[in-house]
Amino acid sequence: MTHVKLSMAQALNQALRDAMRADESVLMFGEDVGALGGVFRITDGLTAEFGEQRCFDTPLAESGIVGLAVGLAMNGMRPVVEMQFDAFGYPAFEQVVSHVAKMRNRTRGRITLPIVIRMPYAGGIGGVEHHCDSSEAYYAHTPGLTVVAPGTVADAYTLLRRAIEFPDPVIFLEPKKLYWAKDEVDLTVAEPGIGKAVVRREGADATLIAYGPTVPVALEAAEAAAAEGRQLQVVDLRSIVPFDDETVCAAVRRTGRAVVVAEASGFASVSSEIVARVTERCFHSLAAPIRRVTGFDIPYPPPKLERHQLPSVDRILDAVDDLQWDDR
Amino acid sequence: MSERSEFTVESGSVEQRLLPSAEPVRLIDQHGVAHEHPQYEMPAAQTLAGGYAQLVTGRRINDQAGALVRQGRLAVYPSSHGQEACQIAATMVLGAQDWLFPTYRDTVSIVSRGVDPIETLTLLRGDWHSGYDPYEHKVAPQATPLATQLLHAVGVAHAARLKGEDTVVMALCGDGATSEGDFHEALNFAAVFRAPVVFFIQNNEYAISVPLSKQTVAPSLAHKGIGYGVPGERADGNDLAGLLAVLGSAVAKARAGEGPQLVEAHTYRVQAHTNADDASKYRDDAEVTPWLERDPIKRLDAYLTGLGVLDDEAKQEATRAAEKVADALREGLMQEVQPDPAELFEHLYTTPTPQLREQAAFLADELAREEV
Ligand SMILES: Cc1ncc(C[n+]2csc(CCOP(=O)(O)OP(=O)(O)O)c2C)c(N)n1
Repeated sequence: MTHVKLSMAQALNQALRDAMRADESVLMFGEDVGALGGVFRITDGLTAEFGEQRCFDTPLAESGIVGLAVGLAMNGMRPVVEMQFDAFGYPAFEQVVSHVAKMRNRTRGRITLPIVIRMPYAGGIGGVEHHCDSSEAYYAHTPGLTVVAPGTVADAYTLLRRAIEFPDPVIFLEPKKLYWAKDEVDLTVAEPGIGKAVVRREGADATLIAYGPTVPVALEAAEAAAAEGRQLQVVDLRSIVPFDDETVCAAVRRTGRAVVVAEASGFASVSSEIVARVTERCFHSLAAPIRRVTGFDIPYPPPKLERHQLPSVDRILDAVDDLQWDDR
Repeated sequence: MSERSEFTVESGSVEQRLLPSAEPVRLIDQHGVAHEHPQYEMPAAQTLAGGYAQLVTGRRINDQAGALVRQGRLAVYPSSHGQEACQIAATMVLGAQDWLFPTYRDTVSIVSRGVDPIETLTLLRGDWHSGYDPYEHKVAPQATPLATQLLHAVGVAHAARLKGEDTVVMALCGDGATSEGDFHEALNFAAVFRAPVVFFIQNNEYAISVPLSKQTVAPSLAHKGIGYGVPGERADGNDLAGLLAVLGSAVAKARAGEGPQLVEAHTYRVQAHTNADDASKYRDDAEVTPWLERDPIKRLDAYLTGLGVLDDEAKQEATRAAEKVADALREGLMQEVQPDPAELFEHLYTTPTPQLREQAAFLADELAREEV
């Protein structure tokens, strides 16, 4: 397949299809993923193509879904499960934290769990409460989990294929507001893999560090800044754990200034981790403290107030303006 | 035959006490014909007439809310169209001192409890996460994370017992929610603490796209009480009379100190899960059609008309009253309300943290700059 116009939802669907064709042990299950094809249609047509043995609805219980995946993986399967929404993954938290994350370590590497937990994630779709959580920090904070979040259509395909092939459990965060974003893409398992960040846009003046849903916002901000004569570099993390210190620090060293852009609340978050790591490693290259544009430290707001929670181009540009340009 | 031991269960008596009846209790069938039941009595005609008016209003709320979604006035609406008898019965059997624990689908039940319809729909309108004062009518905030509210219901009921209050808690959930761990924990806790809770499952045959047959292979959802020592009962969920009899009896038992009760209503979700759902992906219209004939309003209409309790005048009156509620709903939801962004920070803690104060000031400043 060369260069087709696809939405992120379609690219994810194709990744599942191709992974299931390539490997019979790949199973897809969760709530409403069968006949309905998932509430976001990511599993559309999989039951029709692969049968109910390989793509199936479970009883409605997230802890059950993840716990079942652990057992299946212990016995040779590669389960891919869907948590219907970020906040509905919480009933499975016990299984994720106590077993999925720890199994390999507690058995001294004897049991590995090649499980992918897919999650429609974050906000920007006007969803009512419990449908827009940015829960990456809970997972990133849990040793043993690999956490990825695609920010482009092409990467959605590549990262999901790689997550399914990955030997260890992966939390796969799908930015739901990007599900319908379309792009001209070449569906191949491209480089780089999990654990690598990429520079999406070059720029010498300051670096924006983004992941998942904030990648397009950061790129938009860079576009706007260019119009005002300031060149912003944009780094897309892709992989939160493992964290690509090398690429991120090299990027920040090139510009000496940085802003981290994330939807999640800022307190004790992935964004605060990024600031800490980069500061520890690049202190002498920094011309200003690293700024963050994040969600407020509040539960995700109702639809009519959600725009106040989301990082905007204006907030990013204000933060860039604040990077002590006059005080070198 | 094994010998009796301390582990022997007196199965006959246990079954009698805990098992639901073989058939869902139905006092009025879909043609409006009354049937005697050995255990349950037909509610008084005047009670049913009052219920009829509420059903008509409930249906009108469902349909009006559906229209308002299409006009962009509500973010989403999970309708209880066809389930109105369950919605109304759940509150008709409660006293002012009792509590209701509703889900996202139970708008009609909440309104029937006396909560203002506009306040009820604040959540689904997208204004705020809950719009009413839970203490005013003893209605908990609508729960979306499935089955989680059932444990809160047990806690409220247990506190009432500790305080010596005469309170029963009506806890609502769907068939899908019975698969969640919290459902089972709630039943067990309630039984162990003898908490006065009536767990009321509206089995509408679907959890979004998943039919009941994929949810459980239990003989019925009411059977799920047995393992916890909670008596179960089943009722025709489209028969207001049967529901009032069964739920009324469950409330009375819980109030009398007999512990929690489990009631399953057999009904059907005639519309899609919400406006955002496409039911044609997973079920045929042919499956829905017979359920339209089992409509809860039609049969009560036929029964009460036959009794001579409901004449054209009374029906018109019920329709007028329902129209008034629908008008108020339309009017209220057509008004563009912009919730105050400052509230985002106000109610998170009793005393806002210094960080939240800073963030509130940041937002206020940003909004002030937007205005110029
Ligand atoms: C813990 C949790 N998981 C998933 C969901 C998403 N979800 C919302 S409603 C629903 C189906 C619920 O079905 P049921 O309990 O039968 O109630 P009904 O919607 O039919 O009234 C699902 C899966 C949720 N709200 N909470």
